[in-house]
Amino acid sequence: MWVLAVRGWRRGRALVRWAPGAVCLGLPWPRCAATRGAAAEPWALARLYSSGDRKEKIDMSRFPVENIRNFSIIAHVDHGKSTLADRLLELTGTIDKTKNNKQVLDKLQVERERGITVKAQTASLFYNCEGKQYLLNLIDTPGHVDFSYEVSRSLSACQGVLLVVDANEGIQAQTVANFFLAFEAQLSVIPVINKIDLKNADPERVEKQIEKAFDIPSDECIKISAKLGTNVESVLQAVIERIPPPKAHCKNPLRALVFDSTFDQYRGVIANIALFDGVVSKGDKIVSAHTQKIYEVNEVGALNPNEQPTHKLYAGQVGYLIAGMKDVTEAQIGDTLYLHKQPVEPLPGFKSAKPMVFAGMYPIDQSEYNNLKSAIEKLTLNDSSVTVYRDTSLALGAGWRLGFLGLLHMEVFNQRLEQEYNASVILTTPTVPYKAVLSSAKLIKEYREKEITIINPAQFPDKSKVTEYLEPVVLGTIITPDEYTAKIMMLCQARRGVQKNMMYIDQNRVMLKYLFPLNEIVVDFYDSLKSLSSGYASFDYEDAGYQTAELVKMDILLNGNIVEELVTVVHKDKAHSVGKVICERLKDSLPRQLFEIAIQAAIGSKIIARETVKAYRKNVLAKCYGGDITRKMKLLRRQAEGKKKLRKVGNIEVPKDAFIKVLKTQPDK
Amino acid sequence: MTLPRVRACGWVAAAKAAQRRHQAEGAGGPRCPAPRSQRASLYIHWPYCEKRCGYCNFNKYIPRGVEEAAVRSCLVTEAQTLLLLSGVRRVESVFFGGGTPSLASPHTVAAVLEAVAQAAYLPADAEVTLEANPTSSAGSRLAAFGTVGVNRLSIGLQSLDDAELQLLGRTHSASDALRTLAEARHLFPGRVSVDLMLGLPAQQVGPWLGQLQELLCHCDDHVSLYQLSLERGTALFAQVQQGALPAPDPELAAEMYQKGRVVLREAGFRQYEVSNFARNGALSTHNWNYWQCGQYLGVGPGAHGRFLPQGAGGHTREARIQTLEPDNWMKEVKLFGHGTRKRVPLGELELLEEVLVMGLRTDLGITHQHWQQFEPQLTLWDVFGTSKEVKELLEQGLLLLDHRGLRCSWEGLAVLDSLLLTLLPQLQEAWQQRISTLVPRG
Repeated sequence: MWVLAVRGWRRGRALVRWAPGAVCLGLPWPRCAATRGAAAEPWALARLYSSGDRKEKIDMSRFPVENIRNFSIIAHVDHGKSTLADRLLELTGTIDKTKNNKQVLDKLQVERERGITVKAQTASLFYNCEGKQYLLNLIDTPGHVDFSYEVSRSLSACQGVLLVVDANEGIQAQTVANFFLAFEAQLSVIPVINKIDLKNADPERVEKQIEKAFDIPSDECIKISAKLGTNVESVLQAVIERIPPPKAHCKNPLRALVFDSTFDQYRGVIANIALFDGVVSKGDKIVSAHTQKIYEVNEVGALNPNEQPTHKLYAGQVGYLIAGMKDVTEAQIGDTLYLHKQPVEPLPGFKSAKPMVFAGMYPIDQSEYNNLKSAIEKLTLNDSSVTVYRDTSLALGAGWRLGFLGLLHMEVFNQRLEQEYNASVILTTPTVPYKAVLSSAKLIKEYREKEITIINPAQFPDKSKVTEYLEPVVLGTIITPDEYTAKIMMLCQARRGVQKNMMYIDQNRVMLKYLFPLNEIVVDFYDSLKSLSSGYASFDYEDAGYQTAELVKMDILLNGNIVEELVTVVHKDKAHSVGKVICERLKDSLPRQLFEIAIQAAIGSKIIARETVKAYRKNVLAKCYGGDITRKMKLLRRQAEGKKKLRKVGNIEVPKDAFIKVLKTQPDK
Repeated sequence: MTLPRVRACGWVAAAKAAQRRHQAEGAGGPRCPAPRSQRASLYIHWPYCEKRCGYCNFNKYIPRGVEEAAVRSCLVTEAQTLLLLSGVRRVESVFFGGGTPSLASPHTVAAVLEAVAQAAYLPADAEVTLEANPTSSAGSRLAAFGTVGVNRLSIGLQSLDDAELQLLGRTHSASDALRTLAEARHLFPGRVSVDLMLGLPAQQVGPWLGQLQELLCHCDDHVSLYQLSLERGTALFAQVQQGALPAPDPELAAEMYQKGRVVLREAGFRQYEVSNFARNGALSTHNWNYWQCGQYLGVGPGAHGRFLPQGAGGHTREARIQTLEPDNWMKEVKLFGHGTRKRVPLGELELLEEVLVMGLRTDLGITHQHWQQFEPQLTLWDVFGTSKEVKELLEQGLLLLDHRGLRCSWEGLAVLDSLLLTLLPQLQEAWQQRISTLVPRG
């Protein structure tokens, strides 16, 4: 119980609410704390509520703008972001110090492997410093740039960040990506070198790296051990001293940024908001700048880190708002809320989530379709950035084409489906959204636009009707010990990467910047990079728009008949190798038949790869020993039964397994 | 044994005489007019071996010492019980398989045969086969088996290459095998079969054909060619799995099979079944009965049987399996008179599927008359005559459907399992249609 409640503050909130045994579902934090049992010390509460009436609402007007600091912690995976956050919460009495908060253990496997926070969380810390009561809002962000839009929205609610770097590992790719997001948002950056207690810690080297890569003087680094609590207090000091208070005015009309939203099945959408101007309280009529819908505010409050209702929220503060929104798409991240009849200029930078990676998702067994459907619906309730289109494949049956922010986002989604909903699915090899600039007047009229996005290869327009094709590109950052540089550069080249920059961040660590076609890194780039650098290289990327690309549509043919499921859009230079792999996989998974099967990859009428499955010359069991024909009959009946489910391409019977083997995401051989 | 000595000796003497008459008749000829349900073949399983062979996953045991008297008594008891249960009046053939039944004493074989002859009619010329391994079969022992009524030998020769024999984990050498074969032919002229394997790891087509040619210089009138199938749990499987041995190449095995068939045909052998070749009419009646879906009783640990338990008032043919493990089997036989572990009634459709699958393994295939015995209403034409997919197989020359019946062509026989994947669903569909047209009427 306790573990669930605490874990909920960062990323498991939704989980907590769904857990049937969790008593404090959706209740404000103080009451929830009371259920923790006799051992729980309410001393933290006592500090907040001297009257002892726990139901009394906090008066947020006690915190004028100059006493407010809004900040985030950003870090590479496992550099200690969660541990530092825990220490800060303990130090300010927000959570109980006597409990050991090992949240790291609760992370999903993909989160641990790739270093992401699925769901950003926020906590308000009350901190007394030199006689002044400060309100420090720790706005947690998803840690990965797949979610860079969400990160940037979270950061836009902040004035500063703590950039946590491991004293042993030093700067990693994600550190760089995160730093530049903060830098571009013009935030104060406080470098924090963590894990100085480790035996191999070399904080001086990391200081130099920070100076070299980010141009921050080394004396600005704070060296701590979040694990042991060493020097953590000075982090709070720095937050107060080095991060400016928000520029906000209570006198202006309400202008609030939605930087996160979650769905609660009893209370609807809970929007996390940062107030740039004005005041909001229960009963106010508010408008979404994006949807123009009007809502009445049912509840406002602070996040402690669970929702704690307050009378009002004031300019510069961060909290939550519940206003009868039924769907997370009504509270989109980046949207601006204002008071009805008092319109304001929306905050800049809003855009709808833009999926960058698409994959087909199908139930392994069609009888599981409805279960999977409901699982996907539940997961997307809390993640509006996943786009869902219904799709049907001749081979795999009814399913969906899902759009994700990035590959990691896709993996997390899939893993949560498996872990939280026990759904096993076939996930097809991810593709990226290509674009085509049309030249055919007829097509332009049909699509009503000149530039179209191609999600499904079947819609790929012929070259004769197109001025040019475009593919999405990303700017990748790789940080590696220099002994692996040569190998990594070869890998990048093989992935059509163009080198943009290369610098030594210290004596033997290199930072490489490459412009990659997104398609080249969505499948197994990360795994290849990790394996050829013995795990030492780190990688991250950010969106870099679209570039012209020579794309072609590749057909796969079985004895001359096109297999519709396997039509692929590829770059011209990659057609041969991709075609070869598909043909080989098909060869390995197509059962031999009574005639020869030619498997071909073709661009137009040109064959670029070919494999042959030879005809059966012998397929008969040698002997039915001692009259044991039961086994033989069983096998034959099963095969005959399976044959009924095969899809026929021409006169060739293709088992579902063969399609799965070709279409499914696979690690490199 | 409690059998009257005179009677037993009488059967053996008559059998001896009949053995000489039998040769010209061959199998598959006209049968005794007794009703089918009262006729059966008998399979006796001897579960023990001297040594485990590297390819074999049969139900066999390597005992420290066999209490042969106890096993014998149980085999006799179970044979008697099952004959009674089945109501079988006439036993058409007996097959001692294993394991290595030539390790059993001739006395045990005698006891079983006497018991059978007492409980049912065992014609003097009924085929009585014993599987024999080259090493366990000194000439004098083979002669002793002949004396007690065995009139046909099946020799597990497997290969004429010593390295291959070693790979297979056999205890005999090629010269042992040829010597045993010569002795067997001397004792059972025209009634000796040899097994030859193909498709071993690293085996090449040329040398294997050389073995087959050599075998043809020494063999009798019956040869079986078996492709090695790697079975999970065997030493060979493990070795291939670990990469210590190359996996057998199915392409090469297919070539050996095709070329072997041609060589045997040219040597005057009729391929009367997928793996079996005979000349001078020396077909195995016992195995023929399996392919014709005749009844058979399985006696001994793990033995399989298929019969109608008429004596116990049954109305449906059952697939039966005896308890696998010899000690448990013996306990059960002592307690209940038999060690039947599993009885599965065969539905009408299931039986027809077996008729199809087994019948097509033979060169005669399924004649219209044969089919009609099992299914008087739906003819082969009704079932297969209209199917487009079957038509394709007929056009490809893999299958024949004509006035004689349904059968594989020479090419089709080698890919029968692929053909069955079209034929079985077709039979199931025709059966469903028959059922649905019967319901409204009924």
